[in-house]
Amino acid sequence: MKYNKDNYQQVVDEITPKNKMLKNCIMAFIFGGAICVIGEFINDSFVSWLGITEDEASPMTSVVLVGISALLTGLGWYDKLGKIGGAGTVVPITGFANSVVSPALEFKREGYVLGTAANIFKLAGPVLLFGYLSSFVAGLLSMAFR
Amino acid sequence: MKKIGKTYKIGGDVVIRDVYTIVGPKEGEGPLKDKFDMVITDDLWGEDSWEKCELKLQKTAVENLLNRNSLIRDNIDLIISGDLLNQITSSSFAARELEIPYIGVYGACSTMTLTMGLGALIIDGGFAENVVCVTSSHFCSAERQFRLPLEMGGQRHESAQWTVTGSAAVWLSNSGKGPKIKHVTFGKIVDLGVKDANNMGAAMAPAAYDSLNQHLQDTGINYDMIVTGDLGVIGKAIVNKMFNEDNNSIESKYDDCGTIIFDIEKQDVHAGGSGCGCSATVFGSFLYKKLLNNELKSLLFASTGALHSTTATLQGESIPGIAHCLGIEI
Repeated sequence: MKYNKDNYQQVVDEITPKNKMLKNCIMAFIFGGAICVIGEFINDSFVSWLGITEDEASPMTSVVLVGISALLTGLGWYDKLGKIGGAGTVVPITGFANSVVSPALEFKREGYVLGTAANIFKLAGPVLLFGYLSSFVAGLLSMAFR
Repeated sequence: MKKIGKTYKIGGDVVIRDVYTIVGPKEGEGPLKDKFDMVITDDLWGEDSWEKCELKLQKTAVENLLNRNSLIRDNIDLIISGDLLNQITSSSFAARELEIPYIGVYGACSTMTLTMGLGALIIDGGFAENVVCVTSSHFCSAERQFRLPLEMGGQRHESAQWTVTGSAAVWLSNSGKGPKIKHVTFGKIVDLGVKDANNMGAAMAPAAYDSLNQHLQDTGINYDMIVTGDLGVIGKAIVNKMFNEDNNSIESKYDDCGTIIFDIEKQDVHAGGSGCGCSATVFGSFLYKKLLNNELKSLLFASTGALHSTTATLQGESIPGIAHCLGIEI
């Protein structure tokens, strides 16, 4: 065979179709934007209709979005949205909820403790870890420069 | 039996007496929909997990194969099977209920021709009269083991393939009528450094080329059709390119099961089908029937496998490919 580890990758790159970057970016913009618009609508509704303060409405909006995403994941709809929306459905907080609920559902058959509980943060674990780590660093910086 | 180069030439008769195929709903909507023996209507098929559904596919394929041919379990000397799941549980758990002496093998998606090749040698050696070779794969159980949870929203790569839900059971015998296995070439592992687990076709193509080339050189047979297991659109294109560069084009008679089982565009399977069940069910439903109807006089059939694991991939290992060839003639 005339191919080896050095020249084969070139053939693979030549033949493998590229991911549709532009289309994916546009869809991500539309879907991500739409989720944020829905979030804004929920937030404004809390403030103007229920008389809740801005500070309290914001975390409540997150809770509602997470709840909707979890429900859609359970119904098997969020992965269909994700297929079209791509990063637009992964990046917002709804994507985070999906990444927690999907392994929870998948590992239910291995039991609630060693299945669901042990695997629920399988995908979200790195996000949580680096989230904690960066907030710790931010905390140190804010303490140092206060 | 004798050995020519790296190929075993079967001396006596190893007849493929019958093949029973079962597939999942998506495969049942594909181009071969009327050719399968059974199509299940949902991914769980009355079981409470996908893994249990997969073992039921295997068990039912064997039982229905035996029933259709009025065979009892005692008529079968040996069952050789394998699948994709860790510790090949679908195969072992199906065999647990079949009570037939069992050999479990792991060849990833090359399992169909691996088990049939082994069965042929055992029969030709005079160690068995009837052997059943089985394999299966299930989209959901494979996704779960090798990729991400099913309900996780995201996009598949353009080069990704769709694991076939399906199983096939093949009855090999030293007597009777049917297409015969005449040559067996077990492939060697070829790894040209592809690390992208979303591009299995490209990872396995060099192994397919190597085994096919070896088989064709050893036997010198001009086959009516050459079919690989689950290289998909990308792997198939690479194999064609490699043979064309040798001035030995096989393009006019070459196809790949991964591109046959699905309608690539309509069924949105990106680069095509994959999994042990891909080559197994395409062989049982489509190729075997062509041999029975005399539409094909000879077939070179090579299932292809990617012998990697999620652990090895995460540790930065490249993907070892393999392909085992069967020369089948009527």
